[in-house]
Amino acid sequence: MAKRTKRFIVIGGGLAGLAVTMKLCEAKAEVLLVSYQAVKRSHSVCAQGGINAAIDTKGEGDSPEIHFYDTVKGGDFLAHQPPVRDMCFQAPAIIHLMDRLGVPFNRTPEGHLEFRRFGGTLYSRTAFSGATTGQQLLYALDEQVRKHEHDGLVTKMEWHEYLGAVLDADGVCRGAVLHDLRTGAIFSEGGDAVVLATGGPSQVYGKTTGSTVCNGAAAMSAYLQGAKYANGEFIQIHPTAIPGQDKLRLMSESARGEGGRIWVPRQAGDPRDPLTIPEGERYYFLEENHPLFGNLVPRDVASREIHDVVYNQKLGVGGKSMVYLDLTHHTEEYLEDRLGGILDIYQKFTGDDPKKVPMKIFPAVHYSMGGIWTDYEDDGHGLIDHKSPRNQMTSIPGLYAAGEADYQYHGANRLGANSLLSCIYTGLMMGPGLINYSKNLTRHYEDIPTTVFSQARLNWEGRFQAIKKMKGKENPHQLHQELGEVLLAHVMIVRENSKLEKAIIQISDIETRFSDIQCLDTSDWANPEPSFVNQLHLMIHLAKIIAKGALVRNEFRGAHYKPEFDLKQPPKFDPHEFVDYLEQQQYGETDESAFPPDHQAYMKRFEENNKRWLKTTIAQIKNNQPEISYESVNTSLVTPRPRKYD
Amino acid sequence: MMEALIQLKIKRQDSPDSKPYWEEFTLEHKPSANIISCLQDVARNPVNRSNQTVPPVVWESNCLEEVCGSCTMVINGRVRQACTALVDQLQQPIVLEPMSKFPLIRDLQVDRSRMFENLKKVQAWIHIDGTHEIGVGPTIPEKQRDKSYVLSECMTCGCCLEACPQFTLTNNFMGAATFSQVRLFNMHPTGAMEKEERLEAVMGEGGIAHCGNAQVCVEVCPKNIPLTESIAEIGRQTFLQLLKNLFLK
Repeated sequence: MAKRTKRFIVIGGGLAGLAVTMKLCEAKAEVLLVSYQAVKRSHSVCAQGGINAAIDTKGEGDSPEIHFYDTVKGGDFLAHQPPVRDMCFQAPAIIHLMDRLGVPFNRTPEGHLEFRRFGGTLYSRTAFSGATTGQQLLYALDEQVRKHEHDGLVTKMEWHEYLGAVLDADGVCRGAVLHDLRTGAIFSEGGDAVVLATGGPSQVYGKTTGSTVCNGAAAMSAYLQGAKYANGEFIQIHPTAIPGQDKLRLMSESARGEGGRIWVPRQAGDPRDPLTIPEGERYYFLEENHPLFGNLVPRDVASREIHDVVYNQKLGVGGKSMVYLDLTHHTEEYLEDRLGGILDIYQKFTGDDPKKVPMKIFPAVHYSMGGIWTDYEDDGHGLIDHKSPRNQMTSIPGLYAAGEADYQYHGANRLGANSLLSCIYTGLMMGPGLINYSKNLTRHYEDIPTTVFSQARLNWEGRFQAIKKMKGKENPHQLHQELGEVLLAHVMIVRENSKLEKAIIQISDIETRFSDIQCLDTSDWANPEPSFVNQLHLMIHLAKIIAKGALVRNEFRGAHYKPEFDLKQPPKFDPHEFVDYLEQQQYGETDESAFPPDHQAYMKRFEENNKRWLKTTIAQIKNNQPEISYESVNTSLVTPRPRKYD
Repeated sequence: MMEALIQLKIKRQDSPDSKPYWEEFTLEHKPSANIISCLQDVARNPVNRSNQTVPPVVWESNCLEEVCGSCTMVINGRVRQACTALVDQLQQPIVLEPMSKFPLIRDLQVDRSRMFENLKKVQAWIHIDGTHEIGVGPTIPEKQRDKSYVLSECMTCGCCLEACPQFTLTNNFMGAATFSQVRLFNMHPTGAMEKEERLEAVMGEGGIAHCGNAQVCVEVCPKNIPLTESIAEIGRQTFLQLLKNLFLK
C-alpha cells in the first residue's frame, strides 16, 4: 500500500505561516496555504527595525540566557518561561538560517552580521536589513515556499478567507471552511491539522499601525467554536507612530536604537523652530527619568511617559498630542544606510525630511500580546520538547496557532524585535510536532463522514446568505470606525474602571446596532462586503474580550496600566532587594531591619499582587459573552520581580 | 491651495467581462488625506455625485505604508501606490483607474499572478541543503549587501510593467521586475550556483531580448530600484552565457 501523504492546512502567509509551511514541506507533507491575498503582501512586511538573537558579535557578553531574562522581564513575568527560553536559545540558529536564505542583513566591515540596540535591553542584539527587516525576512520565506509550490508540495489558495474549523463529533479539527473571495464560493477542505497563522487583531481599534487584513477574525472564529483566548487585554501601544487619516504609520524603534532622542520643549506651547531651541531648553524626558536605558526603555514605559508629558504636563509640541523624535545629530549618509526605508516613508507622508528636522510622533496601537491560547511541552530542563504535538496546539485538538495569533511569548508587554523572532520561531518549532500529531492519528480526515464537511459548509453558506439579506440602516464601515473609537477612548495607555465600564456598554450598543446593518453589496463576484460584515461581528467579540479582561484585571502589569492599582515602587528601590527578600523568607525569618521600611512595604504589596494577578487571563464564550477565568503562569526558571529601567 | 472638497472620478467595472463605466464621488477634505482614506470614506458613505447609493469601490490594499505592493493603481494617468498618493499633491478631479496590463478582477482590482509565476520560471530563490542548523551563512561585503538590499525591496507591485511598452495583457514578456530579481539571486554567493538556470530562463520566450529599452520602468518604480541597471546587467550576463553555450557546449 502506498504510504499516505500527510496534509496540512495553513491559514495565513506571513512569517509564521510561511515558516511552518516550509518546515512541513521539508518533511514531505503537503500544505494547503490559504491567504486573503498574495502571501508576499502579508503584514509581516511592515516590521521595520529587526529581529533579536543573542549572537554577541561585539564582545558585550550577551547570551540567550540574558535575552530570555530581558524578554520575561519586559513582559512583566506574565509569559510561561520554558517557551520563551526555548525561543531565545533558538534565535541564533534562526538568524543564521534566514541569512542562508538570502536575507540582506546589514554587515560589519568584516562582512559578518551587524547588530544594533533595541528597547528593553542593554545589548546590541538586533539583526536588521535596512529598516524593512520584516519585508526582507518575509520575502526569503516566500521564495522558499514558492520553490515548494513549484515542486508540487504547496498549493496556494490566495484570495481565500478562512471562515471556521471543521470539527468532527468528538470536537477534533478535521479541516477548514474556506471562502473564495473572487467567486464567492464557500467550501470545506480536509487536513490532518489546521494552523492559524493569521496575525494580530489591531483593526479592532480602527486606526493603528496594523495592516487592513489584521482583523483577528480567524482567532475569533476559533473562540466562537470554543477555543480559549488568552491575555486579550494586553495590547501594545507603540510609542512612536506618524499620525494619518487612514492609518497610523509606525516609526520604528530602530530610530531610537540608532540614537534617536525623544524630547519636548521645556516651555509649554513653545512656538520656535525645534532646531533653534537650545539644549538646555529641551526636556529629554526618557533620558532624564530613566538614565540607564534612556530612549530605549520598553515600549509600555515609553508610551506612558509620552502620555504623561502630553496630557498631564501639557508639554506636547505646539500644545498638540505630539513629541519630537530627533535624529538630526547623525550624518545623512549614516541615516540613509541604517534607517533609509522608514525615513523615506516619514518624508513621503509628512513632507518633512527627518534627516534635517525632528520628526513629530505619537503613540499608536501596535501589537496584541494576547491571542489564541496554545499549549507547549516542557522538556524538564527549561526548554521545549520539539517533537511534542502539544506545542502550539489550541484548546481544540488538531487546531494550532502561531505567530501574533498566539499568546505565548511576550507576556504583558513585548520587547521590540522579538515579534519577528516569535513568528519565525513558532512556525519552525511546531513543524515536527505537527508531523507527529498526524502520525499519531488513528483516524484521518478521509475517514470522517463527508456529512461533517458538508454540514460545516452549509452552516457558513447560510450565514453568508443571511448577511447578504441584511438591509438595515447601519453602514458596517462606519460602525467599525465607531468601535475603534470606543476602544481608543477607553481601553488605551491609561485604564480606569469607570471608563472600561463605559466601553463595555458602548460595545454592547454597537453589537445591538450591528443587527441593523446594511450589507452594501449583494453581488457574487469579488465582493468584499459580506466578508467585512462577518469580520466586524468577530471584531465586536474581540472588543468585548479586551474590554472585559481589562476591567476585571485590577492591577498594573506591563501594557495594562491602571494608575489606581499602581503599587508605587519607591524611587531608590533595587529589584534585587526583592530576590534577597524572598531568599530570606525561604531560609528563615525576614529580617525587618534589612530593608528600608518603605521598600519592605512595597515588596509585600508586590508579593500579594503577584499571588492574585500573576495569572494568564482566559476568555471563553458563554451566552454570547466572554467568561473570564485565570490560569497559573510557569515561572519556574526566573523569579518574577519588580521591573525597573533606570 | 487646499480644496474644501475632494472630487474623485473612478473607472469601475463589475466583472472581467462587463463594460467599464465612470463614477464620480464628492468627499469632504481631511488633513493628510490620501487615496486610501478617500476610498475608505466612499465605503462609509457610498453615494455617488448623482446621489445614488452604489456598492463601495473594490480595490486592493494592505499595509498602507508602501511596503506590501498591494494598492497599485493608475492615479491621474500615472501608475503608483494609492497609499502614498496624498490628495493635496494631486490635481482635481482625481482620476483613478485600474492597471491595464493585468487581467481585471473588479473596479480597481487586478490579477497580478503572472508576476509571481515569472518568479517561478527564473527560480527566484536560493537552494539550501535544509532548514536544520548547519552554522553561519556566507560572509558578504557590506557594499554588495547594500546593492542586494536595494533590489530586494521590490514588492512585486507591477508599476514597472504597467508603464513598460513591451509588456502587454496578452504577450509573455517577463519585464523589469523579474530581470531585476534574476540579478539579485545571481549576485548572492549561494544563489550564484544556479546562475545558469536563471539566465537560460530569461534567454527564452518573453525574456530579456524583448526589452525595448524604453527606460520608463525605472521612472515609475516607487522604491527607486535601478531597473535599467538590472536590465543592462542581465543583458551582459546572458550575452556571456550565450558565448559560453556556443563555445563550451
